[in-house]
Amino acid sequence: MLAVARPEEAPLVSALRAGDEAAFLSLVQRHHSSMVRVARVFVNSPAIAEEVAQEAWLGALEGIGKFEGRSSIRSWLLAIVSNRARTRAEREARSSPFSALEPDDDEPSVDPDRFLPADHPRWPGHWASPPEQWPEERVLAQETMELARAAIDALPQAQRKVIALRDVEGWSSEEVCEALGVSEVNQRVLLHRARSKVRAALEAHVGRQR
Amino acid sequence: MTRLSPDPACREIVEVVTDYLEDRMPAEDRAIFEQHLGICRGCRNYLEQMRQTIRASGAPHDESLAPEKNDELVRLFRGWKSRK
Repeated sequence: MLAVARPEEAPLVSALRAGDEAAFLSLVQRHHSSMVRVARVFVNSPAIAEEVAQEAWLGALEGIGKFEGRSSIRSWLLAIVSNRARTRAEREARSSPFSALEPDDDEPSVDPDRFLPADHPRWPGHWASPPEQWPEERVLAQETMELARAAIDALPQAQRKVIALRDVEGWSSEEVCEALGVSEVNQRVLLHRARSKVRAALEAHVGRQR
Repeated sequence: MTRLSPDPACREIVEVVTDYLEDRMPAEDRAIFEQHLGICRGCRNYLEQMRQTIRASGAPHDESLAPEKNDELVRLFRGWKSRK
């Protein structure tokens, strides 16, 4: 019996090694869309992302004999696809070198006009126009989610990569640091800038139509 | 890391919201942060909006695969199996 991090995945791994097509298709159903999105974080076109995801599946099949089960199948697949996508992006010189993943701007998280001035006699730096409560059903409405997606796409590259992996794909900060080669602190700064901007974009929309 | 002053303005609070959500805040800052939230509805709303922003950013969970994609991957699988 294969010793794997997730014992419940052992039969699936054995089936794949034996060339079981149904086992492969169940993995494809579960992970392919997310693999394409992850590839898309690194490469510029949807077609290339799709291609990279297919390459990753082939790589996974070729490597399944050596899969030692130290991680879940999901993490293993995502590591393969992000490695390949990063290599592909670097080869096509469409990705900036790692130094470009350093946070470069130092803009405030919230428009300074939202706060009372620093020389305010009573409440310097406190809200002049405080944020309101957002109704949850509006937050999860299709149009709000589309707006979030558009705001993420418009972010500077490094911020976009971090928020796409953390908040869109739900990766842990360790997984993101590993995939992007950034420190935990830089990852957090980039995430903060990204989330702050997406929040501001949503506020204009969720606030206005109430 | 940005440290909070003992009696922070809202303007400082919004800069450390992610440190708070990521649980990467020194204990004393955490206490100051939570104390501020207790007296400031605007910052409570702001923190909740950040949590809602994270939820609104999440990928859809049940995207089913287009049949032609499925077929391409089946071909890829069969090719691998025949070479195995």
